[in-house]
Amino acid sequence: MYDALRAPRYNDDVVKKFVIATVFWGVVAFLVGVIIASQLAWPELNLGLSFTNFGRLRPVHTSAGIFAFGGSALLGTSFYVVQRTCRVRLFGGEAVANFVFWGYQFFLVMAALSYVMGFSQGQEYAEPEWHLDLWLTVVWVTYAVVFIGTIVKREEPHIYVANWFYMGFILTIAVLHLANNLAMPVSLFTAKSYNVASGVQNAMIQWWYGHNAVGFFLTAGFLGMMYYFIPKAADRPIYSYRLSIVHFWSLVFMYIWAGPHHLHWTALPDWTQTLGMAFSIMLWMPSWGGMINGMMTLSGAWDKLRTDPGLRFSVTAVGFYGMATFEGPVMSIRGVNALSHYTDWGIGHVHAGTLGWNAFITFGALYYLVPVLWKREGLYSKKLASWHFWISTLGIVFYITSMWVAGIMQGLMWRAYDALGFLQYSFAESVSAVHPYYVIRMLGGVLFLTGMLIMVYNLIQTVRSPVTERRAALAMAGT
Amino acid sequence: MFIRHETIEKNAFLMLVLTLLVISIGGIVEVIPLFTIETTVEHVTGVRPYTPLESRGRDIYIREGCYVCHSQMIRALRDEVERYGHYSIAAEGMYDHPFQWGSKRIGPDLARVGGKYSNDWHYAHLINAQSVVPESLMPHYAFMSDTPLDTDDLIKRLKAQRAVGVPYSDDEIANAMADLHTQADPAADNAALLKRYPKAVQVGHGGAVTEMDAMVAYLQVLGTMVDFADPANENMRQ
Repeated sequence: MYDALRAPRYNDDVVKKFVIATVFWGVVAFLVGVIIASQLAWPELNLGLSFTNFGRLRPVHTSAGIFAFGGSALLGTSFYVVQRTCRVRLFGGEAVANFVFWGYQFFLVMAALSYVMGFSQGQEYAEPEWHLDLWLTVVWVTYAVVFIGTIVKREEPHIYVANWFYMGFILTIAVLHLANNLAMPVSLFTAKSYNVASGVQNAMIQWWYGHNAVGFFLTAGFLGMMYYFIPKAADRPIYSYRLSIVHFWSLVFMYIWAGPHHLHWTALPDWTQTLGMAFSIMLWMPSWGGMINGMMTLSGAWDKLRTDPGLRFSVTAVGFYGMATFEGPVMSIRGVNALSHYTDWGIGHVHAGTLGWNAFITFGALYYLVPVLWKREGLYSKKLASWHFWISTLGIVFYITSMWVAGIMQGLMWRAYDALGFLQYSFAESVSAVHPYYVIRMLGGVLFLTGMLIMVYNLIQTVRSPVTERRAALAMAGT
Repeated sequence: MFIRHETIEKNAFLMLVLTLLVISIGGIVEVIPLFTIETTVEHVTGVRPYTPLESRGRDIYIREGCYVCHSQMIRALRDEVERYGHYSIAAEGMYDHPFQWGSKRIGPDLARVGGKYSNDWHYAHLINAQSVVPESLMPHYAFMSDTPLDTDDLIKRLKAQRAVGVPYSDDEIANAMADLHTQADPAADNAALLKRYPKAVQVGHGGAVTEMDAMVAYLQVLGTMVDFADPANENMRQ
């Protein structure tokens, strides 16, 4: 018999804050995405102002999507999951957890402001300048201490599998962040700095960082989310415990090698490129290990997909994860990469992962979490959640198919020769050729944003619905 | 198995240490040798630090996020070499803190754009790209020609680069401001400038130095430093 009086009162206050932040940043990220997609379709929308130009807004979109939306979801769910799977409150108490929340949000706001004001380190996904990097280091170390401290004082003998992934994510991001952002500031009072590394070494370190922002921020962390919320929503145990061990260690070992596939055919030495390619291809297996484990957890509970729209999001997310992690190894093959690199195929690939996998699994977690955290009986409307699901899925299909076509077309046009042996197309011709696909991509983004706004309405209405006695009792019991 | 996984998953410290160990190996194997293997960066003549004006132009290139649409890395592929020129070599980026190879070509590669167009073309193009390339998606950067170049911390910027390995000499740092103004005034005597920085292209229209002057100076030097016809540079294989 579960003893409600002895159950720990979890710190859900900070989780609620992160949930709100996740929803907020999701809207921001998708909205800015639609804006910059429109700028590529209709360049007049750049408006000719320094702070509205594509070059400054694009980092706002990527940072808002990855670090603000994805990051808030990861930090929030990790705090939720680690307390429940360790059956203790967060280590360090309320104040420290709140510092992690506000410290991280402060970093995000300052980073976004700094980009539009013209401060950038000039390295993708690592644009914040040195003073913000230092601040993030303080916040991140605190986060690591809270998370790992909670694991250390756990009352369960085993560390649950979701926490392996969350911990792998937290540790690796710390290492990547420190190594890639080593820079010499112009002065203590200037935001500008120059990276310690240069040229080819800088390129390798940047893509070691960049690809593992994908591997650990967008993969390992979100797998942690998957390992808690899918079994929970499906009410089934993880499909294979052994598979989770094998794919955890192989995933974290292999991902870190994959960076050089961003630098095929460049001035990076061939041996590094080959090594990166080999590990990228091998990475297919541990990635699919995660997909299989998530997907097969549904065995015996597939009927729940009809009734639980949140679970439908989570499972579709795992499907997109499997698709993107098959596409990735294919694109990392040097011959394929010669065609796909520098084109919109890469953009499509990234969005299959970020929209299909990261955003969908986050939506699944949010639909699960909001009624639980706010102690409501259930979602305000399953029907609206269903609408969200289909509109967003359609949006993703628009997005990735248009980018496949645009990307492959660019790659083929750039390398096409005419009968006399001259390059057949000027670069400008390839630019005007992709215009229709840029419009379709923008429409895909509008659909995705529309779905998001439907979710916002649904979640707000859920919070505004009355607390039921059953929920209040469950909350007392600490579930 | 010689170690039961149960041991790891019951010990937070062990799990932490093993995770750190496992994630470190790949990075160490791929990154460290790039600093130690001598042939990673080719030995060629001609690569020099950027002039003070080019360097400020590069700062602006980074500030505006030009790298999100333009690569600076010509791959060793037939069509790229024919379209853009000799494939890029590692030595050409050895003073680039940070590198700007890019990852996406919404616009064309810029690794060898230097000398390809006139200064006037660049000014017109930056102010309104569609006026010279109707298909272009590039935003308008007219504001750069209205913005005076901030040179207050020029020396500090060069010294910060020197601290991370760009070999600016004391002489170059002492003359930085003079060199900047010489390069931004086509009427000025550029003998001393060219002695310190061969192939530096004079830009501007004689007025106050603008951000756009710096930008054009930077664009005009891109990819021009190494003379690939020079037999001394034959031996540049990695």
